[in-house]
Amino acid sequence: MQFGLSEEQILLQDNVNRFLDDNTPLDRVRTYAEGGEDADIWAGLTELGVPALLIPEEHGGIGLQPLDAAIVAESLGAHIAPTPFLGSAVIAPTALIAAAGDHGDLLAAIAAGTHRVGIAFGEAVAARNDAGIRVNDGLVNGTSMYAFDAEADSYLVADHNRHLYLVQADDPGLTRTHLVTVDKTRRNVELNYDNVAAQTISTDPEVFAAALDVGRLALAADTLGAAQNMLDQAVEYAKQRKQFNRPIASFQAVKHMCAEMAAQLEPCRSMVWFAGHALAELPDEARVTACHAKAHLAEVGQFIAKTATEVHGGMGFTDLVGLHYWFKRIGANRQWLGAPEFVREEAAVLQGI
Amino acid sequence: MDLSFGPEYDDFRAEVVNFLDQNADKAPKGNDLRGNAAKDWQKLLIEKGYTCRTIPKEYGGYGAEPDIVKSRIIAEEFSSARVNAGLGGQGISMLVPTLLEMGTQEQKEQFIRPTIHGDMVWCQGYSEPGAGSDLASLTTSAVLDGDEWVINGQKIWTSTAHIADWIFCLVRSEPDAPKHKGISFLLFDMKTPGIEVRPLVDMTGVANFNETFFTDVRVPKHQIVGERGEGWQVANAILGHERETLAPANTAQTRINALIELMKQESVNGDALINNPVYRDRLMKLQGKVMAMRFNELRILSARLNPGQNPGLARMITKLEGTELRHDLEGLAIDVMGELGLAYDDNPHLRNSGSWQREYMYFLGLIIGGGTSQIQKNIISERGLGMPREPKIEKAS
Ligand SMILES: Cc1cc2nc3c(=O)[nH]c(=O)nc-3n(C[C@H](O)[C@H](O)[C@H](O)COP(=O)(O)OP(=O)(O)OC[C@H]3O[C@@H](n4cnc5c(N)ncnc54)[C@H](O)[C@@H]3O)c2cc1C
Repeated sequence: MQFGLSEEQILLQDNVNRFLDDNTPLDRVRTYAEGGEDADIWAGLTELGVPALLIPEEHGGIGLQPLDAAIVAESLGAHIAPTPFLGSAVIAPTALIAAAGDHGDLLAAIAAGTHRVGIAFGEAVAARNDAGIRVNDGLVNGTSMYAFDAEADSYLVADHNRHLYLVQADDPGLTRTHLVTVDKTRRNVELNYDNVAAQTISTDPEVFAAALDVGRLALAADTLGAAQNMLDQAVEYAKQRKQFNRPIASFQAVKHMCAEMAAQLEPCRSMVWFAGHALAELPDEARVTACHAKAHLAEVGQFIAKTATEVHGGMGFTDLVGLHYWFKRIGANRQWLGAPEFVREEAAVLQGI
Repeated sequence: MDLSFGPEYDDFRAEVVNFLDQNADKAPKGNDLRGNAAKDWQKLLIEKGYTCRTIPKEYGGYGAEPDIVKSRIIAEEFSSARVNAGLGGQGISMLVPTLLEMGTQEQKEQFIRPTIHGDMVWCQGYSEPGAGSDLASLTTSAVLDGDEWVINGQKIWTSTAHIADWIFCLVRSEPDAPKHKGISFLLFDMKTPGIEVRPLVDMTGVANFNETFFTDVRVPKHQIVGERGEGWQVANAILGHERETLAPANTAQTRINALIELMKQESVNGDALINNPVYRDRLMKLQGKVMAMRFNELRILSARLNPGQNPGLARMITKLEGTELRHDLEGLAIDVMGELGLAYDDNPHLRNSGSWQREYMYFLGLIIGGGTSQIQKNIISERGLGMPREPKIEKAS
């Protein structure tokens, strides 16, 4: 019995971390946040095989498992890295592999980093009032809100039947409008479809669900990384910052805030590992575990985002230290692909409760 | 990642499950430390190796090589079958491991067998009115007079002192040494003249802990574990381990399953409470936490089996998170039942024999006992996160 990361997985994570340490320091994230591009970051991650992680070797991929995607997501969250990872490397490949039919060319293009697939799942996860799409005779009409990402070459669109379609970003009927959100480390768009050609990928709701599970795991892992980073920053800052002639880290109120963060976060790491493992190996437990990981990390993440900011005092509230980028990313992960209340309800229903 | 324990463990699990199927009806229901039913059950469990598994045969145990996977399987199966897993109490959970590690040959021979068979019940005399969280400031004194220690002072919160045969007790034997270096760990008979036990009723309505007074209590010199002045190390040798096992996640899992059943059965205005969205969400939130704690335990287990694996802070947080979680979980059951949740003692409307209120309070006791939640946070921040201790306040005098 061995519960933990393998040597290969630790190596993979070290490699990704090293690249991100060098290439997405806070200043680089800021340039993206102010309107810059993420193409160079994605190109670098492509060299490390990140878009190819889940894609089978026969299509130019590496053929790894959801847990491997989760540990990469954790690193991306820790570094608040702007990338199309969630859609292009996680959700789209999972759906395309699970779907019937031959999607080898598209998978190969994703693996090579030359094609980015975005996702427009809002309609199927939780349709909000302003949105709504219809697909008839191979044409999509309507609106998807908060699709991700803004620079995708095509989008995987889910309708309320949990059917999946692929639309091309350059289709003349597709209008893409940037939706400003608090999270500047990733960009959302609104997609307006006017008779946009839709290639049917799957009409099997299970395919959608499988992609959703892995996407939720990746978001949970992103929050794990981001929250751990915020906790580390808080502890570090508390050791440096002095008030009343002593480091604030020696004040018990500050210590207890940090201890509570650590105590809640540590089990989350095991939870993400287990959920990743279950998605590949334990079908009976996989979906419930993915739901719980998504929802539980959303709660713990929110607590840490707030508390780590408080430990920094006024400095935490400024743009100077940039802590808010992590705060907002954790906040976005909480809402994407199902807010915790909805996801927990799903977990209950899945168990026949 | 490999979560299978291997085929030999499947056989072992099947054997445990089979045993439980055949014998569960013989198991006593409550937590009686003394009754004959409890002792007979204990005897059977030791024979089978389902409790006291690694305690050597010569001291009355089963004598197996340590195998934490087997121990875990036993714990899991007894918990999910909701069957009494054998005698508890501080003698078995704390003193026996301490003796195995630090006791003399004579002490092991004299004490372990009767303790694990339920013939010798112990109490733990650590806390004092002036020494709770700051245990090392304890003042109960032991002065050597010829071949005997003479003990004077007072202990408090001594669980089971009123039924205990013996006590393991921390005393100050070297008054001039620094506070952690002047403590000794003594064992003595509760029938020794000069001991007075006054029960204290706790919030559950039962007098399970006591005040224990010592007036010129004379204890043979050799009834010491470890050397003079080393009592602090002796006591701490197993304290950390004990903390980790106070609120195991598999019990929390069993309890949350019971809570789900309860919510399906109980209704308000004809609607089962499991269908009430607010309670449902609270239930699912707790289920998520229980899950996280289960996997946290898997990580700890794995780190024991695979040297070199780093369990991080996983062990350090279990007492804090585990006890708080159980308190919340039992509390949700009470909320779900509303006025019914207040039922107690012999109220005819009790659910699950009143265990929800009992455990709700019991886990508040565990949040306080064994190092309070605040003390746990001190430990996590200082030893886990490397944050500095608070500056010492100069002595007033
Ligand atoms: C059910 C139960 C059974 C027990 N059984 C036994 C037993 O069998 N034998 C035995 O010896 N003892 C036993 N105890 C005693 C237990 O170990 C003590 O109650 C515990 O260590 C706390 O000490 P105290 O009660 O003196 O509280 P105090 O130490 O006075 O604590 C009061 C409050 O102050 C806080 N506090 C204290 N110091 C600090 C600090 N440094 N930083 C932050 N906060 C602090 C505490 O967290 C707590 O909230 C039992 C207790 C309970 C509740």
